[in-house]
Amino acid sequence: MIDKSLVDRVIRASLAHGGDFAEIFVEEKSTFSASLEDSMVEGLSSGTTRGAGIRVRCSDTTGFAHTADLSEIGLMRAVEAASSLARHAAQGVRTVEIGERHQTKLPFEKTQPTSVSKDKKIDLLLRLDQAGRSSGASIRQVTAGYSDSFRKFLVANSDGVFVEEEQVRTRLAVGCVAIGDTGMQTGYETTAMTMGFELFDEIDLELLAITAAQRAIQKLAARPTPSGQLPIILNGLGGGVLFHEACGHGLEADHVLKDSSVYANRLGELVASPLVTLLDDGTVANQWGTYSHDDEGNPSGKNTLIQNGVLVDYMWDDTQSEKKKRQSSGNGRRQSYSHLPMVRMTNTYLQPGESTPEEIIADTEHGIYVAKLGGGQVNTATGDFVFGMTEAYLIENGAITAPLRDANLIGNGPQVLANIDAVANDFAIVPGTCGKDGQSVPVGCGQPTLRIKSVTVGGTVGG
Amino acid sequence: MADLISIGESIVSRATDAEQIEVYLLWERETSIRVYEKDIESLTSAEASGVGIRVISNGRVGISYAGTLDVGEIDRTLDEARDNARFGSVDVFAGVADPDGIEAPRLDLWSNDLMQAPTDRKIALAMDLEKLTLSKDKRIRSLNSSNYGDVSVEAAIVNSKGVASFSQQTYCWVWAYALAVANDETQTGYGLHAARGIEQIDIEYAANEAAKKATRMLGAIKPSSGSFTAVFEPDITASLLGIVAGTLSAEAVQKGKSIFSGRIGEQVASSRLSMYDDPSDARFFSASPYDDEGLASRKNQLIGDGVLKQYFYDSYTGRKDNTNSTGSAIRAGISGICTPGPRAVLVAPGDNTPSDIIAGISDGVLIQSISGIHSGVNPVSGDFSVGAEGIRISNGELAGPIKEFTIASNLQKMMNDISAIGNDLTFRPGGTAGITIAIDNINVSGA
Repeated sequence: MIDKSLVDRVIRASLAHGGDFAEIFVEEKSTFSASLEDSMVEGLSSGTTRGAGIRVRCSDTTGFAHTADLSEIGLMRAVEAASSLARHAAQGVRTVEIGERHQTKLPFEKTQPTSVSKDKKIDLLLRLDQAGRSSGASIRQVTAGYSDSFRKFLVANSDGVFVEEEQVRTRLAVGCVAIGDTGMQTGYETTAMTMGFELFDEIDLELLAITAAQRAIQKLAARPTPSGQLPIILNGLGGGVLFHEACGHGLEADHVLKDSSVYANRLGELVASPLVTLLDDGTVANQWGTYSHDDEGNPSGKNTLIQNGVLVDYMWDDTQSEKKKRQSSGNGRRQSYSHLPMVRMTNTYLQPGESTPEEIIADTEHGIYVAKLGGGQVNTATGDFVFGMTEAYLIENGAITAPLRDANLIGNGPQVLANIDAVANDFAIVPGTCGKDGQSVPVGCGQPTLRIKSVTVGGTVGG
Repeated sequence: MADLISIGESIVSRATDAEQIEVYLLWERETSIRVYEKDIESLTSAEASGVGIRVISNGRVGISYAGTLDVGEIDRTLDEARDNARFGSVDVFAGVADPDGIEAPRLDLWSNDLMQAPTDRKIALAMDLEKLTLSKDKRIRSLNSSNYGDVSVEAAIVNSKGVASFSQQTYCWVWAYALAVANDETQTGYGLHAARGIEQIDIEYAANEAAKKATRMLGAIKPSSGSFTAVFEPDITASLLGIVAGTLSAEAVQKGKSIFSGRIGEQVASSRLSMYDDPSDARFFSASPYDDEGLASRKNQLIGDGVLKQYFYDSYTGRKDNTNSTGSAIRAGISGICTPGPRAVLVAPGDNTPSDIIAGISDGVLIQSISGIHSGVNPVSGDFSVGAEGIRISNGELAGPIKEFTIASNLQKMMNDISAIGNDLTFRPGGTAGITIAIDNINVSGA
């Protein structure tokens, strides 16, 4: 993306007046998107951003500047701004080793979306529209969106890291609107993978649309959701956002080292039910949160966070691992070249257990079955978190019965983790977007079907 | 940076007879400083620019963007937008905005002092905010971070029908995220102050807010479930109003995805509620003389004494309904698509102070923060369910802190159930002004 001798000059110039660490991150990202509504293909949109971020660290202080000007003059201006703080600190000038170039390309992508004609991409939307509309008389509207991105980056630093990586992501989403006596309801379904257009060789498009349509149709008959504390069964296909919120964010080392996580200082302790073994794994082939190297040039890892309920480790980036003189776990990510990297999750998932989903349902007298989870949010310092349910049913006498209206669930991380009393043997990872400090990155959330003894349900009628 | 307009004009002049072109040009400068335990944790300074081009060719729309103002890149961006326009469906209403003859308000939204303020001064604000917040209460153990940020933006929108607008804004803010600790319990509180220029930044205000919100939550318990009057603090009201205002977008209305579709002239809320959108009001940090299609900003009344008066229109939704744009086009940056929506929403203030409102409630909850709003509000059905924390109100007084509960109702019902509006309009970054509001019959789900 830029040649090695320029990388070398930038790193050396960044530390010319002092500082402990310097890094250049050069990124080019192209995106394409198209959407459909009312059976009409709306404006196609595409574009490219390109630029570099320069980071200079001097003890615990990081100077950062970014620029879209990749000429030597542009980069040196950013160096000047990023190193201005290091200049004030009266420290020795360190030597710099520029490493050997190490290039990776995610091995599993076969068909670059950029090589696929726009007509073919639009055709996906038209097929979804047709499939959605023929899924039931009450389906009146279908919306669909296709997007792909090609991201290429180079990251090199004064510790000898020199990595170039390419990432390809492809996504297709469909929403079906059903109208009935009770008004209008919408159901959604999405597929999103870190792979090329070959995604659509494997995906059953019609099934995607039918799933969304059925979700909307079911909801037409939805009853008001109970309020109060109830047992909850979360379907394994519904997304693992529970763990992302209940403990994922709290296991990010930046929160932990500032003592603003309920999981701080608890390594080796039982923090969850012994049924819980939780991993963050950036290496799962093709998942939405997968990469070969993180945005600091460290290889992605398959990291166990909780083993049989015991807290084993946190997630780390360079800045936080430097403080503890340990290795990064490959969790340093940034939204783009114009953002500082920080500790982020990749694909976070719970290992399957031994019960079957059917057994768990049959064993539950009264509660709520959540077939599809929505987004969530957590306060890591208190552990309190919420997450939405977008497809849910009442459980009565061990059977799934009436559909329920959307509502949020609220709980406290460590308490909810301790309350997990059944884990099934099914499993799926679902794509999502994680926001932290104003930066969004793609992640995966996974879990088997499981039951929580008691969670507070934010409905409107007495439970 | 008035030459943004000339760059735009040189592009739109290339429109063929069968084409309309709109160019959105952006130049931004930002500083962001984070302080932790008397050290600068990070300092970011950067300039960014970009271009977004929309081409409408025979009723088909194509969009392209680039994160630069480089001439060669702009040429490629125009080519790409033209290519994208070959594939869309024909939409007879597609088009750029026609000049409507309405004159843009003159607004002074730029602070030269901020542009020239030395970095050291900005660092000092974040440092002082940390120190001040810690000094407010000995139970404030630390701050997760103490922050300073500023942004200056210049934008031009030029189209081939003669629209040519230029606007520039600055603003800056400080915020603190405090951790209060007592008896092994941690609570958090957030305090922010924002201003157009650095002279007007009030760190005392931000420190007080953060310290008060964190310490008053210590000892919080899970409340029992029931139906209560909820008093929403200004920041929370701002989030709620943002959602309500979003459902008044003509785009949502035309697609039947709004609880307010087809209800102009109807009583849709308590007669206490009058709501406006006024991006020409310079108190808003989102104020601008122009909307994101380059039309003049103007004041629109959305709800008057509870009666629905107006939806938000951009030029496209206006053509569909055979009406004019209300100057309400918004877009999310250079790669965003134009849609109509709220830009600067405020509620006409009432007569009562927040304490007067609380004094009138025998059994209620004061809500100081909510969570899960993106997953908890359905703008089509109006179903509302979010996580919350706050303070119990008992016999007109603030009683103990409460946490880990949800509040639920329905947006339409909540608008009807507004029982008091405060006199405390507050302006924060974002497109909605805050104000204290009391709403009856909110379902609290707790223990």
